[in-house]
Amino acid sequence: MILDSLAWYILRRILQAVPVIIGIVILIFTLLHLAPGDPAIVYIGEAGGASEETLQEIRKEFGLDKSLSEQLFIYGKKLLTGDFGFSYFQGKPVLELILEKIWATALLVLTAMCLAVIIGVFTGVMVAQRPASSASAFITVFSLLGFAMPSFWLGIMLILAFSLYLPLFPGYGMITAGYGANFWQILKDILHHLVLPASTLGIILIGPYSRLIRASMLEVIGSDYIRTARAKGIPERKVIFKHALRNAILPILTMAGMQLGRLLAGAVLVETVFSWPGMGRLMFDGILRRDYPLIMGVMFFSSVVVIVVNLITDVLYGVLDPRIRRR
Amino acid sequence: MAMKIAKRRAMENIILASIILLAIMVLIGSQAVAQTEKVPRGGTLKMIHTEPIHLNSALGGGGSVVIPACQIFAGLLQFDVNYRPRPYLAKKWSISPDGRTYTFQLEKEATFHDGKPITSADVAFSLELVKKNHPMGELTFGAVEKVETPDPYTAIFKLRHPSPACFAAIHPYFLPILPKHIYSEGEIRKHPANIKPIGSGPFKFVEWKKGQYIILDRYENFFRQGRPYLDRIIIEFVPDAASRIIALETGATHLIPPGSIPPADIHRLEKMPHLALTKKGYEAVGIRGIVQINNRKTPLDNVKVRKAIAHSIDKNFFIESFFGLAKPATGPLRYTNPFHNPNLPQYEYNLNKANQLLDESGLKKGADGIRFNLSLSCYPGGQSGSEFLRAQLRKVGIQLTLRPPPDYATWVGRISNWDYEIDWAPVGDLMEPVLAIDLLFTSKHIKKIPWTNTMGYSNPKVDRLCAEARVELNFEKRKKLYHRVQEILMDELPVIWLIDIEIPTLYNKDFDGVPMDVWGVLNPLDTVYWRKGKVGQ
Repeated sequence: MILDSLAWYILRRILQAVPVIIGIVILIFTLLHLAPGDPAIVYIGEAGGASEETLQEIRKEFGLDKSLSEQLFIYGKKLLTGDFGFSYFQGKPVLELILEKIWATALLVLTAMCLAVIIGVFTGVMVAQRPASSASAFITVFSLLGFAMPSFWLGIMLILAFSLYLPLFPGYGMITAGYGANFWQILKDILHHLVLPASTLGIILIGPYSRLIRASMLEVIGSDYIRTARAKGIPERKVIFKHALRNAILPILTMAGMQLGRLLAGAVLVETVFSWPGMGRLMFDGILRRDYPLIMGVMFFSSVVVIVVNLITDVLYGVLDPRIRRR
Repeated sequence: MAMKIAKRRAMENIILASIILLAIMVLIGSQAVAQTEKVPRGGTLKMIHTEPIHLNSALGGGGSVVIPACQIFAGLLQFDVNYRPRPYLAKKWSISPDGRTYTFQLEKEATFHDGKPITSADVAFSLELVKKNHPMGELTFGAVEKVETPDPYTAIFKLRHPSPACFAAIHPYFLPILPKHIYSEGEIRKHPANIKPIGSGPFKFVEWKKGQYIILDRYENFFRQGRPYLDRIIIEFVPDAASRIIALETGATHLIPPGSIPPADIHRLEKMPHLALTKKGYEAVGIRGIVQINNRKTPLDNVKVRKAIAHSIDKNFFIESFFGLAKPATGPLRYTNPFHNPNLPQYEYNLNKANQLLDESGLKKGADGIRFNLSLSCYPGGQSGSEFLRAQLRKVGIQLTLRPPPDYATWVGRISNWDYEIDWAPVGDLMEPVLAIDLLFTSKHIKKIPWTNTMGYSNPKVDRLCAEARVELNFEKRKKLYHRVQEILMDELPVIWLIDIEIPTLYNKDFDGVPMDVWGVLNPLDTVYWRKGKVGQ
């Protein structure tokens, strides 16, 4: 019965998402065409010029010779069949490009978020237990500093520190070109390249998690059942991590869900500074060039990802908190 | 008997001469081999550059395409530091006295990367492809009526009329030699070989990881004996300027082609012990900084106003913002261009003169000191130059409103649609005045297309002189014609030529042999070697 209601819940959420996605596609399409810039002109500009005949040929090839409503209709029809279009500048189907890049972004974002959540929760719990201590003050200042720093600046600083002065990690790219023949060598190389960009993104994210878990823990620690648990002689460690934290973690889940969805669309600045070949850079390059199919495809894909991640977050709520399930 | 002795002696002399000749040839040959054997072989050169949109330079595409494409595709000729042609795929060539026939003899050992021989049919095919698809194809090779191929190793270009620009463009930058058996099938713009090319050059395509790098490996059967020296070239894409600089400092990359490093960092990097800087090369690219003027807009249609603007700009101060990596421009062609006119009148920095010209134009200063308003657009990244121009022109009562574009797409859209008043931007001479002058200042190139006469300048005399110069074979006569054109342009000032930008190349000292001729790194890198490579390999 619970599974039935869960299935209905998921189905209802998916059906609700459909008009949202249609709205997003129409809105992005309209905004793109309102923005200054013409992809055909950009294309021939990058090529160094062209004849008028070539310009018209390129417009026709890009489908720009049709009216806006016709272009939107054709795009919508293709989208229904899973065809995200062909990138004007990358010379590949958009879906292929997205599938090539998404896992690079996922790797970066998930690593950074794990780092941020683990360190953020740990430091937040510490601060909540001893709010007036000097360690608590240090952690608070450090996490706020991390949050306040611009990501591109922090990225450059880490490159200077750990790539130039202490040459421990590569400063750009995801993989050493031509390196490694077997899977483990390649994996090791990727992880080596991942350290600095994941650290940059992670450091920025630690602050909000730390502050959130601190506030949540302070509220929970003052509850009656925590007082009861302590009165029963349960070890403090168990009181905090088994009883208090489990109740305090729900807001973290909400925040993580929202951030994950947003970041999977691309951590543009970090990806640019580190030349990390993810969705953010793909989207950024597409916007600079007015690569309409690419921009539309990435936006559509990102919208779906955000909706799916939010849905998973809501379902996980029910898993973690039986009270929500009963409701 | 005497006859017999004489005949025998003659035979002996012939045999002796043949042996001596053979010995000389072996000696020369072994010297060449010895030279090659002395150069270390091996190593991987890593470069950082912008990611190209494809790898087929027959379709155009600027430096990002040409740099990798020149490694993959050979051309018929190269040009030295004095713009003189040197053999490449064409080992010999001749030009008929009337300039309408070019005959090229191809290297017989030359093959494509799939092993098939490079023949005159491939040359003919490549030329037609370039003529039709390259942005400058019509201007450079439009005069070629046909390419005859009497045998597989002879290509004869037949021109409708003489065209010096055509011969100057016979370089891999404009005319890469593509395999006909690969590219003749299918739509050229969407051809899969544009992404995975089979070429004719010193390096063959191995891999292109989108957003990350391109790998090129030595082509073992390259026709230039012993070359290339490097095992591999890797071109990595790093969009952030700070990351590029750090990569050069750490040695993670070895060469950064010009234009990729901010001038502010060049002098600091030059002092690093492991880096070398050269300003040589790229004379053929000829980058300048200009102020484009939309000659259609009032009051910019008044030549006195344009001259007043020229007198208001202190070029030497402007050059300081380039950290000395520029010289004042002295005319429509860069000072290194063989057709440059060194005797043109200059518009020296003179605010009194500028004010006088504006007064004469009837544009008096108002109570606020402003005569009129103009908008100033700029190429992305040119904001500091714009701020400088605004401050300068304010001194003579011209109020500039800055319109910095958020990105390249906005800028190129504005220029193409003539949606600007004045615009600060870089342009290139590209060696040939046909490309530097005809394309930008003749009436037939007034188009809504970037890198054409978007200024709307039109002078029938300039059109006539350019048409004459285009077909003039005699260099001195041609030079005289273009000198006259430059005089007119300097007098009418449809554009203000501000600076000739130096284009330094920074590279790691572990490497040498970086080409420094007029095309610089826009050349095959078969001469580059790694000092720590193995000699005599």
